[in-house]
Amino acid sequence: MEADVIDKIIEKHPKEPSSIIQVLLDVQSELYYLPEDVLKYVSAELKVPISRTYNLATFYKAFSLKPKGKHPISVCTGTACYVEGADKLMEQFERELGIKDGETTADKKFSLESVRCLGCCGLAPVVTVGKNLHGKLPSSKVGKILKQYK
Amino acid sequence: MAYRTYLMVCAGTGCVANNSMKIKEKLEDELLKRGIHNEVSVVTTGCNGFCAAGPLMVVQPDGVFYQLLKESDIPLLVEEHFIKGRPVKKLMYTPPKEKSSIPKMSDIPFFANQTLIALKNRGLIDPEKIDEYIARGGYEALAKVLTTMTSEEVIKEIKDSGLRGRGGGGFPTGIKWETCKRMEADTRYVICNADEGDPGAFMDRSIIESDPHAVLEGMCIGAFAIGASDGYIYIRNEYPIALQRLQVAIKQAREYGLLGKNIFGTDFSFDVRIVRGAGAFVCGESTALMASIEGKPGEPRAKYVHTVEKGLHDKPTCLNNVETWANVAQIITRGASWFSSIGTGDVSEDAWGGSKGTKVFSLSGKVNNTGLIEVPMGISLRQIIYDIGGGIKDGKKFKAVQTGGPSGGFIPESLLDLPVDYEELTRVGSMMGSGGMVVTDEDNCMVEMAKYFLSFTQAESCGKCIPCREGTKRMLDILEKITTGEGTEEDLVLLEELSYMVVDSSLCALGGSAPNPVLTTLKYFRDEYETHVRDKKCPAHCCKALIKYSIDPNICVEKGHGCGVCSKSCPDGAIIGESKQVHYIDLMKCGKCGICYDSCKFNAIYIE
Amino acid sequence: MASKISIEDLAKIRKETLRTMNLREGSGKVKMNVHMGTCGIAAGARKILEAVLSEVETRGLNDIIVTNSGCAGLCSQEPMMTVEVYNEPAPVKYVSLTPEKVKKIFDSHVLKGEIVKEYALALGSETTV
Repeated sequence: MEADVIDKIIEKHPKEPSSIIQVLLDVQSELYYLPEDVLKYVSAELKVPISRTYNLATFYKAFSLKPKGKHPISVCTGTACYVEGADKLMEQFERELGIKDGETTADKKFSLESVRCLGCCGLAPVVTVGKNLHGKLPSSKVGKILKQYK
Repeated sequence: MAYRTYLMVCAGTGCVANNSMKIKEKLEDELLKRGIHNEVSVVTTGCNGFCAAGPLMVVQPDGVFYQLLKESDIPLLVEEHFIKGRPVKKLMYTPPKEKSSIPKMSDIPFFANQTLIALKNRGLIDPEKIDEYIARGGYEALAKVLTTMTSEEVIKEIKDSGLRGRGGGGFPTGIKWETCKRMEADTRYVICNADEGDPGAFMDRSIIESDPHAVLEGMCIGAFAIGASDGYIYIRNEYPIALQRLQVAIKQAREYGLLGKNIFGTDFSFDVRIVRGAGAFVCGESTALMASIEGKPGEPRAKYVHTVEKGLHDKPTCLNNVETWANVAQIITRGASWFSSIGTGDVSEDAWGGSKGTKVFSLSGKVNNTGLIEVPMGISLRQIIYDIGGGIKDGKKFKAVQTGGPSGGFIPESLLDLPVDYEELTRVGSMMGSGGMVVTDEDNCMVEMAKYFLSFTQAESCGKCIPCREGTKRMLDILEKITTGEGTEEDLVLLEELSYMVVDSSLCALGGSAPNPVLTTLKYFRDEYETHVRDKKCPAHCCKALIKYSIDPNICVEKGHGCGVCSKSCPDGAIIGESKQVHYIDLMKCGKCGICYDSCKFNAIYIE
Repeated sequence: MASKISIEDLAKIRKETLRTMNLREGSGKVKMNVHMGTCGIAAGARKILEAVLSEVETRGLNDIIVTNSGCAGLCSQEPMMTVEVYNEPAPVKYVSLTPEKVKKIFDSHVLKGEIVKEYALALGSETTV
């Protein structure tokens, strides 16, 4: 664990138990997951029981206890994307990558997850790979998209 | 009494900001001075759309269009045009020739049918420049409130306006403020709910992205009215741009002293903190949201005691959503009677007696013009979908419009003339909700759609109360059975029964409204359910277990000459056939992904 | 850091800012406003903004105000940009833009005052009550 990274994050917030969610969010966006030792460290620093921290880390969808792949793929499953075929798109990703929703490929290159509405409903169906957004994506183009990142 | 000439002075926001009201006064003065005030009448009009040319005026019946007027132009104008009858060329606007073929914004139905209040600055100002917000009349409502009004007067103005919560519930905002104010307490809070969780809804995000100060100003006014000095904005973490613009706005407002201690040199102090949500739909519920701000899991509590009495940190708390806050400053500036003149019903006696003002909807799904729209309450769904939305994509047939997010319901074609109004939408089994509006067409299966929404709410159920946690799960199991062809007619009865049980006994609104998509589809599209359970068929060709893909051999050979695109694109290798020969689908291998169907240029592949 | 403002300052700021916002009194000849909400950015608005900036630079233009604002509402025709030319009474909304289209808008509308009709959606701003 890189304590100085975590300390920097904690410093940005009032050092009180109610800041715990905000701190965990920053850790998540820095490390892409919440390692066990970090959970313990943050709990101790903010004086939150570890049971509560674990509760939060599993309650909220923004948090992940497992590391993600180098290119995290998020398939939007908001309503607009759904009516435009997000389920087919998800299946195609699962097929191409050989993993299921929520998993990471063995080579740690890709992880796949379905996400709640990203709010770009005009571009449905929408997929993000890392920070790149691909809109109006037909499932037949999934292979092509993945090639860009291989 | 008839006048020979009418002067139509534009009183749209842009022109008013450019002093058009001064121009109007000056015109009236000048006409009076010249003794022709009985012949020439000055009238104010709505926005012409040519805001950049404002202040502007159209002379009727001559049709002369004056632009960029200054007060000092008026004496000359009155003298020349209305006394001597010589229109003043240098103040006139003549449309250049080449532009005549391009429509005006007001000629385009998408824009023409909208009324902008919460979105009045969208696309016009740079959201990261507070000066541009001020230039469009920003923070004047706050100045008015702090220097000329008491908190009671502010509350009365909001009550009289008929403003109701735009986040879903439709609770009258003024009454909420009044109740919160009445509680004995040393500390009170205001909260802006920007945890826009409904799939297919993005109006709050858009308001914050295009006009963050409107939300801050509304919160300041609300805080003054209820006597709060601390505010929170709870925003979804999935909205990075909105979050960043909000941070910039707060910083700028603090620099100008519009947030902080002694705002405008008065005794009133107020500041705002941003709290990010961590991806739990249930946190849109007020008690869950407050728990989340306190750093706890977002689980709702029973509301025997309302949050206006005991909310955040057990203090009286006034929570409104983004759109509600964005309306506040406008109501103060333009008056309650202006606001209540828009919309349906009458709120003078009963705060629930009508729906006033406008509502922002995010229009998506199978319509031609997807986007964010703001329409007056009372507009019909048909106008929204066909006039603004431009009708259904690819000439398909409309099936249903889903309003109110996962807690709302599906509204069929027969009810499209329904006016958009809190009570009307609830009456037909849906709700206003936060304003998601997803249009479905003949290719969408209603059972599948109901399953989609239910799987959403089921996954988002916090698990605290049994009816919601277990009830939605069992309902989902039944829907799963039906969509895979295992359903029976008894299942439909059980599904309905379970729905009412979940509605009646859940702890919070999430469970209380989760069955709405199921109930409305059962009500309006029961035949689709019946086809699934009786004939084991999906009329919309959506439910995978109930369909199969086939290739029409004639079309394949005659039109496509056995091009083989389908077999190359098939991820399962399920399509067999030599080049230039008929192709077949091996149903044992077919994964029913539909890629072949999409990739065949000759429409040789069909679903049955 | 800016200092705290008084109520009188509001009117002053408004007057000052309107001058630049409305392209009057020589603050610029053309104002190009790229609509950058989440949907616009997702549809490629950043590329459009970059294209606008690079056109301004390579052509050595110095009387162009480039700015951005939130979503214009019509997500299905993003990315969008509003172009306003001094002395023209109404701004023009261009839709479904690409960097190539931006180039053409510069060639024709910005430099010659001829609106590129095929990319233009409409003239004017939205109606407000």
